Amino acid sequence: MMHLGKALVVAATMLATSAQAEIRFGVVNEAYAPYTTKDATGKAIGWEIDLMDAICKELKEQCTIVDVAWDGLIPALESKKIDVIWSSMSITDERRKRIDFTDKYYSALAGMIGAKDGVMGLTTEQLNGKMVGIAVSTTQSAYFKKHFADIATEKSYATVDESFQDLASGRVDYIFADTGPLKELLKTDLGKECCEYKGSVEADDAILGAGVGGGIRKGDNELRDKLNGAIKAVRANGIYAEFSKKYFDYDPY
Amino acid sequence: MDFTWIPEYQNLLLHGVFLTFLLLAISVPLGFGLAIFLAIAQVGDNPIARWISKGYCTFFRGTPLLIQLWLIYYGLGSYLPYIPGLRASFLWPVLREGLFFATLALTLNFAAYQGEILRGAMLAVPKGELEAARAVGMSPGMILRRIWLPRAIRIGLPTFAGEVVLQLKATPIVFSVTVMDLYGAAYKIRQDTLLVYEPLLLVTVFYVTLTFVITQVFQKLENAVPVRR
Repeated sequence: MMHLGKALVVAATMLATSAQAEIRFGVVNEAYAPYTTKDATGKAIGWEIDLMDAICKELKEQCTIVDVAWDGLIPALESKKIDVIWSSMSITDERRKRIDFTDKYYSALAGMIGAKDGVMGLTTEQLNGKMVGIAVSTTQSAYFKKHFADIATEKSYATVDESFQDLASGRVDYIFADTGPLKELLKTDLGKECCEYKGSVEADDAILGAGVGGGIRKGDNELRDKLNGAIKAVRANGIYAEFSKKYFDYDPY
Repeated sequence: MDFTWIPEYQNLLLHGVFLTFLLLAISVPLGFGLAIFLAIAQVGDNPIARWISKGYCTFFRGTPLLIQLWLIYYGLGSYLPYIPGLRASFLWPVLREGLFFATLALTLNFAAYQGEILRGAMLAVPKGELEAARAVGMSPGMILRRIWLPRAIRIGLPTFAGEVVLQLKATPIVFSVTVMDLYGAAYKIRQDTLLVYEPLLLVTVFYVTLTFVITQVFQKLENAVPVRR
């Protein structure tokens, strides 16, 4: 019995050390270009993956990517299947109740796209009575509820990509989402043909101000501090700006 | 377990219950009506009608409901705006909604399954009864209305109950075309509150309750129309 107990302790220690040897980044399964998406071979690529690589190089750590569905990210983090959520998760108070966040690593700029025909902008009169496609439970959804709920109608989608189909076929008048993915959609053939960028919404720091950060298990301060240090370092040494240029014509920070 | 979110999402949930019920309440009767024609066409003598009905049932039973829904919503639905004048017409508020296409897909799918069941039930009606009806001088139409269909529906009744329950459980896919049904509400709550199990548990209770109600109603119906064997 003693031997078995000892063996278990040894095994547990080994497991613990091997888990420390690498940082498991939970990356969302659904495509969210340009931040995270997959190439033809199924390999994760995108701006956030480049950032991850830069950070891991900075930390001299072994990093692995774990595919997780968006819904499953927080449960996966809590059940220790992953160590960090690295998937464009906005820092919100609701999420802070369950998990901790690193410092922000990019700012989510909220904007709208719409069909080319019809002169539309983002003023109250122009939005009046319109149908706006928004991904469920995003910061944009919260923003919409606060600023536009009385004048326009929200239509919920599971992902931004799905709402784009409906914009092209005229079922919604606008899509309200993060500027990065919206501009990516406009680069597609369908996007070039049908739609255009209508503008960014006015800033609301209470909702959009906190930005996007890595999700960390509550109390995992060591990892959080390490990642915060690395984010600062890649910002300072210019690597952040360098790979961002490949994706954006502005500084996403 | 944390259910403190229920008051805040009460309206969303109730509306979801309403939509789920609406989808069922429209697609089942309409689908059943269509199924009667499909079944009659299949047991009838007209080869063209038989061929069309067979093809319809094979197609809708042979493809996943999700794909049918998307073909109708994203395929057919995305061409509607190109019909001149439609976007300005009074029909557009209905045609732009996912609910219309979801109901359509569920109805067409239900009709295909129901049509096949009804066809089997019609063939199971004892030949002697139909011959007796002919012998007393009933016309073919009258036989169909008074003897053949009523007997077939009675024979198929226990199976229909099961089909309606299956139909109920098929409804959550409508969330994929923006209909905020009960599952859609649970999905949104799950995303908002980050609670995984509680919203799912609540809707599970609802689906089980509705299933129980459906089976009870059909049980009453079966008892109300006794059959002498």
